[in-house]
Amino acid sequence: MIWNKRKIIDRVMSILTAACVAIAIIPLLSILYTVTINGISAVNIDFLTQIPKPVGEAGGGLGNAIQGTFIVVGIACLIGLPVGILAGVYLCEYGQNKFGRFVSFVADVLTGTPSIVAGMFGYTFIVLYFGSFSAIAGGVALSVLMIPIVTRTTEESLRLVPGSIKEASLALGIPKWKTTLYIVLGTARSGIITGALLSIARISGETAPLLFTSFGNMFWANGLDKPISTMPVQIYTYAITPFPDWHAKAWAGALVLIILILILNIGVRFVTRRKYGV
Amino acid sequence: MQNKITVENLNAWFGAKQVLHNIDIGIAKNMITAIIGPSGCGKSTFIRCLNRMHEVVPKAKASGKVLVDDTDIYDSDIDPVDIRRRIGMVFQKPNPFPTMSIRDNVVAGLKLSGIKNKKTLDTISEESLKKAALWDEVKNDLNKSGVSLSGGQQQRLCIARALAVEPEIILFDEPCSALDPISTSKIEDLMLELKEKYTIVIVTHNMQQAARVSDYTAFFLYGKLIEFGETDQIFKKPKEKSTEDYIVGRFG
Repeated sequence: MIWNKRKIIDRVMSILTAACVAIAIIPLLSILYTVTINGISAVNIDFLTQIPKPVGEAGGGLGNAIQGTFIVVGIACLIGLPVGILAGVYLCEYGQNKFGRFVSFVADVLTGTPSIVAGMFGYTFIVLYFGSFSAIAGGVALSVLMIPIVTRTTEESLRLVPGSIKEASLALGIPKWKTTLYIVLGTARSGIITGALLSIARISGETAPLLFTSFGNMFWANGLDKPISTMPVQIYTYAITPFPDWHAKAWAGALVLIILILILNIGVRFVTRRKYGV
Repeated sequence: MQNKITVENLNAWFGAKQVLHNIDIGIAKNMITAIIGPSGCGKSTFIRCLNRMHEVVPKAKASGKVLVDDTDIYDSDIDPVDIRRRIGMVFQKPNPFPTMSIRDNVVAGLKLSGIKNKKTLDTISEESLKKAALWDEVKNDLNKSGVSLSGGQQQRLCIARALAVEPEIILFDEPCSALDPISTSKIEDLMLELKEKYTIVIVTHNMQQAARVSDYTAFFLYGKLIEFGETDQIFKKPKEKSTEDYIVGRFG
């Protein structure tokens, strides 16, 4: 084997890319490993179904935080998915003008906005207005993070639908609004669902926007206009205490949250499988 | 001979560029009229003007009269959606709806105009696939994806889809240019059967195809209708020099 310059460069670059893969994946595996090792021992049925107990008392769990996360994320979806999807439809179908490009740009900027800004938005407009931390304020704050993601993924998925499909539909005498709603959205369905589920996975783990919107609560949810416990905030609350028992619960909470998001991601894969073998 | 479509002084533009100039032509009922001419001569634009699909393209507009059974389809109180239901279209590249099954592709137009009865839809889907000579090949796979079929089958599926909404006229925009000779001949046979019930206009680059299937042929050049007549006459004794040049292959 002759070692010429080309082969050496080829070999060096291969090793370099492999090394970068390792660098990218090591923190991820390390997090999964640490969270699992520290958290698994505290996860049990009580942990998933009971509310927290006072310091010093054994047992108790994060049941209310799991419940609250579902409620707050649910509210965020009720607001964020319709607004985001319809905004995406607008941008793709009617947004070929200055206003449309401006909205796209704003959506891109919002996607990169620190999430605490969304929390400040919820605090200023909902918490101060109603005078109380609430599940609704948390949902609104999360929907602010969700909308630009859903808008842009919807727009991108719709752009991938070939013009010939739209023409086929129009030529059948299907009105434009039905073409957009049933044919174009239907064709882009899997892309839009992927975007929606990924945005849900993203907001499910957000802590900062919830700190001063939904706040926290040591009991089961008692109304959408009341403070509510959520997993990320509960984990944060436990983690900053000096109690080893609560530290263990924070690890366990992190593990449960990761598993929930993992399930959601697997759900994405499952939903976006091709419906038909081609 | 009775004309199904009468075009009077039709002009069409893309933005500022005029692509059709003062077209006057009559399309005979239950006949096949072929439109031939080199690329960019306005053939496709012309037939897209016949079912108001031209205006779907941004900045495209058309003026003039297109009378279908004495109704001007460009009249201001005519809804283009109704026109497109009466005048079906088959495109150059087969374009079945990718997320729908074969059956749903065929009845898509009906379903979206509110027909929900499963039995009616099944019947129409079967009839349309039979008319499009595809039934025997797909009758056991009606729930498979439309895009799982071969190119030629996909094109016949698109024809079945157009037939399902019961149009009076079918426009074919180079329907065979993406197909092999066997699929092409199937589609040609199909057109000859369909003309019993429908008026057909076909744009084609393939002059043998025009000669094989059409009763009348129109030759377009640079957005103008150069010559129009019976297919035999156009191919055997063209009156215009440029028609003859194109047909014998001196340009285009």
